[in-house]
Amino acid sequence: MASRPGYDVLVVGGGATGAGLTRDLAMRGLRCLLVEQSDLAHGTTGHFHGLLHSGARYAVRDAEAADECIVENRIVRRIAAPHVEDTGGLFCWLEGDPDDYPGQLVAGCQKAGIEIEELSVAEARRREPLLTPRLGRAFAVPDATVEPWGLVADNAESAVDHGASIRRYTRLVGLGVEAGRVLWADLEDLGSGERERVEVNFLASAAGYWAGRVASLAGVKLQMAPGWGTMVVMNQRLSSSVVNRCRPPGDGDILVPVGPVSILGTTDTTMDTDNYEITPEEVRFIVTEGAAMVPAAAERRALRVFAGARPLYDPGHQHGASRTLSRSHMVLDHANDGVENFISIVGGKLTTYRLMAEHTADAVCAKLGVDARCRTAEEPLGEARKAPRHYSLGERLTAREQEAGGADADLVCECELVTRDMVREFIESFGTPHIDDMLRALRLGMGPCQGAFCTLRAAGILERMRPSGAAALEPIRLFLDERMKGDRPIMWGDQARQFRLNEIIYRDVLALDHAP
Amino acid sequence: MSEPILFNVDEVALSADRCIKCNVCNTVCPVLPVTDLFPGPKYCGPQAQRFRSGHPVETWVDYCSGCGACSRACPSGVRVAELNARARARMFEQRGIPLKNRLLSRSETLGRMGSKAAPLANFGLNFGPGRVVVERILGVPREAPLPSFSQGSFRRRFRRIPQPERPNLRVGYFCGCTTNYYEPRVGEAAVRVLTRAGIGVELPEQHCCGLPFISNGDFKGARKLAEANLKALLPVIRSGKRVVATSTSCSLTLKHEYREVLGLYGPEWEELAAGVYDAFELLRELAWQGELELDATLTQRVLYHGPCQLRSHGFGFPAADLLGTLGGIELAESGVECCGSAGTYGFKGDKREIAFRVGQPLAARAREHRAEVVACDSETCRWHIQQLTGLPARHPIELLDEAWSQAERTGD
Ligand SMILES: Cc1cc2nc3c(=O)[nH]c(=O)nc-3n(C[C@H](O)[C@H](O)[C@H](O)COP(=O)(O)OP(=O)(O)OC[C@H]3O[C@@H](n4cnc5c(N)ncnc54)[C@H](O)[C@@H]3O)c2cc1C
Repeated sequence: MASRPGYDVLVVGGGATGAGLTRDLAMRGLRCLLVEQSDLAHGTTGHFHGLLHSGARYAVRDAEAADECIVENRIVRRIAAPHVEDTGGLFCWLEGDPDDYPGQLVAGCQKAGIEIEELSVAEARRREPLLTPRLGRAFAVPDATVEPWGLVADNAESAVDHGASIRRYTRLVGLGVEAGRVLWADLEDLGSGERERVEVNFLASAAGYWAGRVASLAGVKLQMAPGWGTMVVMNQRLSSSVVNRCRPPGDGDILVPVGPVSILGTTDTTMDTDNYEITPEEVRFIVTEGAAMVPAAAERRALRVFAGARPLYDPGHQHGASRTLSRSHMVLDHANDGVENFISIVGGKLTTYRLMAEHTADAVCAKLGVDARCRTAEEPLGEARKAPRHYSLGERLTAREQEAGGADADLVCECELVTRDMVREFIESFGTPHIDDMLRALRLGMGPCQGAFCTLRAAGILERMRPSGAAALEPIRLFLDERMKGDRPIMWGDQARQFRLNEIIYRDVLALDHAP
Repeated sequence: MSEPILFNVDEVALSADRCIKCNVCNTVCPVLPVTDLFPGPKYCGPQAQRFRSGHPVETWVDYCSGCGACSRACPSGVRVAELNARARARMFEQRGIPLKNRLLSRSETLGRMGSKAAPLANFGLNFGPGRVVVERILGVPREAPLPSFSQGSFRRRFRRIPQPERPNLRVGYFCGCTTNYYEPRVGEAAVRVLTRAGIGVELPEQHCCGLPFISNGDFKGARKLAEANLKALLPVIRSGKRVVATSTSCSLTLKHEYREVLGLYGPEWEELAAGVYDAFELLRELAWQGELELDATLTQRVLYHGPCQLRSHGFGFPAADLLGTLGGIELAESGVECCGSAGTYGFKGDKREIAFRVGQPLAARAREHRAEVVACDSETCRWHIQQLTGLPARHPIELLDEAWSQAERTGD
């Protein structure tokens, strides 16, 4: 009945955790199949705040998380250098913030081994001219930022190099459990709609906030409490380092420079849904809180908003605000629920993805009786193997200038400086991508115009390379719908003008609504 | 980050947020269509701006001529040219300012030295071997139009021009380095015209406006000059006199560049900006108020080119408005944004060819009109236009002066 045997482990979920896990297992010599229902890093991993935590945020209240973060922060900087920007972070104490917090922060950081240094207000302001005049004290910590798509792509590539197989746009839709063992899995190819049954030797679920649903396919009850957080993307950087509020962690208290933008956030609403609707109130709240640290946040152009769900696990099945739920990760061996060859990894942070993968892989190996050591902390990924150089903002500008035809005329995405060659090369390596896949891989369409010009160009190149005839306009519609969704809650000022221009181009001039 | 004010902090940087990628700036840029070396105003301005914060700046921004056509055309109010000027300064700050830029900026020093030894200096600059040396050191190609130093500065000549006995208005004249050292005749014509219009003219202490420093990327040098000019000119303005200039690039620098490019903000800078006028702007104002009769004739075929910096003043074409009322004149306007020279841009080796290509429509327009003379308010543009068209290029105030002198001679 089941076809295609021969995998030691089926991994579900191509976020940072699943990709990291697949790599880890493959490096230990196990044959793995990773299935992801969408593009890699399309889940929470692609909808997070961008911060490679130093651990300082947790130093006062959660010493274990702080310890893990600082260790992993150093590892990720090394193994994934090109996806990390060494921005540094500041904790900003503003007049009126709790007087005792700075002392606790310094003590907590010192205990966890996180380098922390108090700066003079003048020095902080020299580094970050847009900081509020209310700034009273400032502390520098080794926060950094990390680009999730590149990180996941490198993990996936390394996994494949070590013999793993990866299937994107493939969903796990059914599990066959007999006598306390998962025997087979039904996989659906979301492109063709075809289903395939594969034999399962061992199942590892790294399905993020969907983990409960995957478990239920095996008849296992696993209560997740997805904690949705909203973020607001600003058109230009408002700071060059990560700016944190120096008070007990709460909503809207971080500002992260990621690529050319700054991301303000975030919030926390426990809700079991796939379609979280961002409210204007949330956006206003985030912008106001951000403006408390950097007043320009209230005046500058917001580009879009997005939300992601923390894959939080609710061990006591209690409900309530997820900030009180444990944020550290947990490896759940479902032998305790009556299924022998099934493990889930839940909770955690992107910063600790590698450690989560290590702990999970350790558990899997123990169950399979495999004796192999984890090597992911030592072996760098992708480009980091050659040149352990961190990302810098000006990189693309420099690259465009150095290549023939890098100028405006050859740009597909003007905002993010993506050239025709980059798009072609990506399509070549990918197969038949959605334009959204280009966004994750190349940043195409992420900039201020939100796809006004690149969508059409990218679709044209795609159609020429992978002719689809009648369906040629479909990728345009899909992509623009997604872009517009992220624009709607911030439809004011410059973005409203942009949106109108985009409408004029696609609705009024190209009549996309009436095209076949 | 030595000068954070240049990036992401002030009003001008904020303006980059307004770009909706409509492309209007690219359609008016005179440089973009004639070379592949420049990726265009949209790219170098709001687009690249998002990637710059404190990081090395790409070098092709140096191909922006700074003519400002993009900023004038932008329907969203992005200060494209100003962003470019700042990026260029940052680039030089990071990579070091080339010697030729340093030397070209020092128009005041060069002028002072040159005019002391004018015959010798001119001989050196305008004859073969001298030009080779100039090309090597300044990077100015030997064909580029270099001005001749004048013997004796304008300041010395100024005193000989009689002032009206009972002036109805008093102004301070900002003559600029070129008038002072190379073309005192422009200054003399200006003072004659102003005094004939019943305006008392004084020549306050003044310094190079700093534009050559700005366009060659030396903001530190430019700021020093700006401070010195502020100190010298504010008392003039506060005593109720306007500061009047004949070089529209100098006046634009005082009014606009100090704040928007150099980031010198504050009430004194506003006051300075509000107190500076172009000479024709003032004359046109008087004519509109019925306080000035031109009443003269100039039988010449004139092509008037409003230089890019004049366009950025946003006051129309006051010189053309007044010249147009002269009897006998056949006046046409160039209708192009920029002659190509845009300050010292057209003087720098690799840019010269570009400046020439940009200037072709203007040359064609001059031929079409069968012009005998080209009138233009900016000095470097005039030198460039002379080469472009083979025609004499003169400041419009010289033409008005000529018309009035003739009227006086024939009048009685
Ligand atoms: C608002 C917010 C901000 C955050 N900020 C930070 C931060 O700044 N720093 C930090 O370190 N962490 C941050 N986090 C936490 C971090 O983003 C997550 O912990 C991490 O990305 C989770 O990765 P994951 O791989 O476990 O889950 P995911 O990325 O969600 O991956 C799970 C994947 O499983 C796939 N999947 C699910 N079901 C199936 C199925 N049946 N078949 C096939 N595939 C399936 C999904 O499509 C998904 O791609 C933030 C989280 C949120 C919500």
